[in-house]
Amino acid sequence: MSPEMIRLIASSTGETLYMVAVSALIATLFGLPLGVFLATSGKGELFAAPWVNRVLGVIVNATRSTPFIILVVAIIPFTRLIAGTSIGTNAAIVPLTIAAAPFIARLIEGAIREVDQGLVEAARAFGASPLQIVLKVLIPEALPGIVLGLTLAIVSLLGFSAMVGAVGGGGLGDLGIRYGYQRFMPEMMLAVVLVLIVLVQAVQSIGDRLARRLNKRIRHG
Amino acid sequence: MNAPLGYLGDQPSQRLVPAEPIVRLEKISKTFPGRDGQPVTALREIDLAVPQGSILGVIGRSGAGKSTLIRLVNGLEKPTTGKVIVDGANIAALPESALRHARRSIGMIFQHFNLLSSRTAAENIALPLEVAGYDKAEIRARVDELLALVGLSDKRNRYPSELSGGQKQRVGIARALATKPKVLLSDEATSALDPETTRSILDLLSRINEELGLTILLITHEMAVIRNIAREVAVIEGGRIVEQGDVFEVFTRPQHEVTRSFLGDEAGRALPPYVQKRLRKEATPDSQAVIRIGFRGPHATDPVLARLAREHGIEANILSGAVDEIAGRPFGTLVVSVPEASARQTLEFLKLHGLDTEVLGHVA
Repeated sequence: MSPEMIRLIASSTGETLYMVAVSALIATLFGLPLGVFLATSGKGELFAAPWVNRVLGVIVNATRSTPFIILVVAIIPFTRLIAGTSIGTNAAIVPLTIAAAPFIARLIEGAIREVDQGLVEAARAFGASPLQIVLKVLIPEALPGIVLGLTLAIVSLLGFSAMVGAVGGGGLGDLGIRYGYQRFMPEMMLAVVLVLIVLVQAVQSIGDRLARRLNKRIRHG
Repeated sequence: MNAPLGYLGDQPSQRLVPAEPIVRLEKISKTFPGRDGQPVTALREIDLAVPQGSILGVIGRSGAGKSTLIRLVNGLEKPTTGKVIVDGANIAALPESALRHARRSIGMIFQHFNLLSSRTAAENIALPLEVAGYDKAEIRARVDELLALVGLSDKRNRYPSELSGGQKQRVGIARALATKPKVLLSDEATSALDPETTRSILDLLSRINEELGLTILLITHEMAVIRNIAREVAVIEGGRIVEQGDVFEVFTRPQHEVTRSFLGDEAGRALPPYVQKRLRKEATPDSQAVIRIGFRGPHATDPVLARLAREHGIEANILSGAVDEIAGRPFGTLVVSVPEASARQTLEFLKLHGLDTEVLGHVA
């Protein structure tokens, strides 16, 4: 493998990490409150608003059921509005974020719903407000689950980020398509896949380890 | 909300004559919307008063409505009709923010402890104080006091998963006491614990009641809990309070079937199986009447059967018996059989001596 190829792989890996990191961060910023709200706004819950809950649920499901590649194309005008362009890593961040936010919201909703309702009752009984219950009870108790959810979301984003390569988004997917596929360089394709495997492994094991450390439900040694 | 943080003893430790009950439920009814559209009535026309400084136990089978009842007191449930007066305020009518404030003076402990798994014992106890806006130094001092009070100073940095059931409930009690409540609600607090641990938790609650003058309202399905710490009892069945009063009075002279059933398992009240099997409702000429005699307080140790034999020549056959203690007072139960011909005379004699009697049936 030539030094030129190694340089290409390194810079593409950097682009992928940048796209995934930024979109994961922004998607979490939107997904966390959305997920918390979805988990607490059902009938008879802390922020009971069953109708808003239902409408948001439909929007989340609609976004999640749209195939990613179609989403990328469909929101090009919006992407241009936000990023100023529809090509390149910065442009790719927009659809990645929009695809990941509802996914993260659902994962966080699931983690929050796992929290024992008895804890909510106890917190209400000692005079905590709904917001205090979210910040001091639900999120801390759901944290191991939230971390595992975010790990899953980041792994999925790595896959999606390879797909934006198909529409000129940059990163490892872009490299794989242009060199590995169009120029028929199987060693390049193999290298790209290997780097992605290593990245996914790394993200997953960091996430697992962090979640385990945060989980105090299990006795440690 | 930054009240001075002295030791818990700013409430009078001597119980004064109860002027106004601290908790009063007035004509409470509660219906839930049912699954099939039919409303389900959980509580009907409940009247209950908990005197300041007392320990009142509500006993009932599961589904009797006791869980709903206790949740009304801190506003976790709202009554359909009626008033819930706690320390002078109608909890049922308070707006949400005032209710949150009122809850700081009503502590609650739970069957499954409901501790945060992500916080240590000390951090769990600190939580209500954080929520109430105390500053860090105050919280630390208060948590230290509370850990000492419940005997867990050496476990302050342990997570709930590293504590035993009894220790978890001690943390729960400390957390409930953090904001210096005037009333403690106990929701089946010992039902998940073994008898020995139950005993130690009940001792702790008794001590808190005596030393801090804290009023305790507890619900349970365990007779042992009522016997050991309650001074007053209310028996709940089908959403109604069917019997209510001093624990000793209620349990030595049970009026209602449910009350008797709770006593059924108690030592001395259960009939031995060989008698139970032969027990008939109707008397026959050669059968014997089975009589349960209750000895209360000063009569508990009277040699009454000896006197019955001496004075009336009636020889009672002892089937079972025990002398026990309810609410700290001796209470004996004796089940005897006498020939039908002497039954009436025996009952009169026993009543004359101030004993409680109940004809359970007849054995051939």
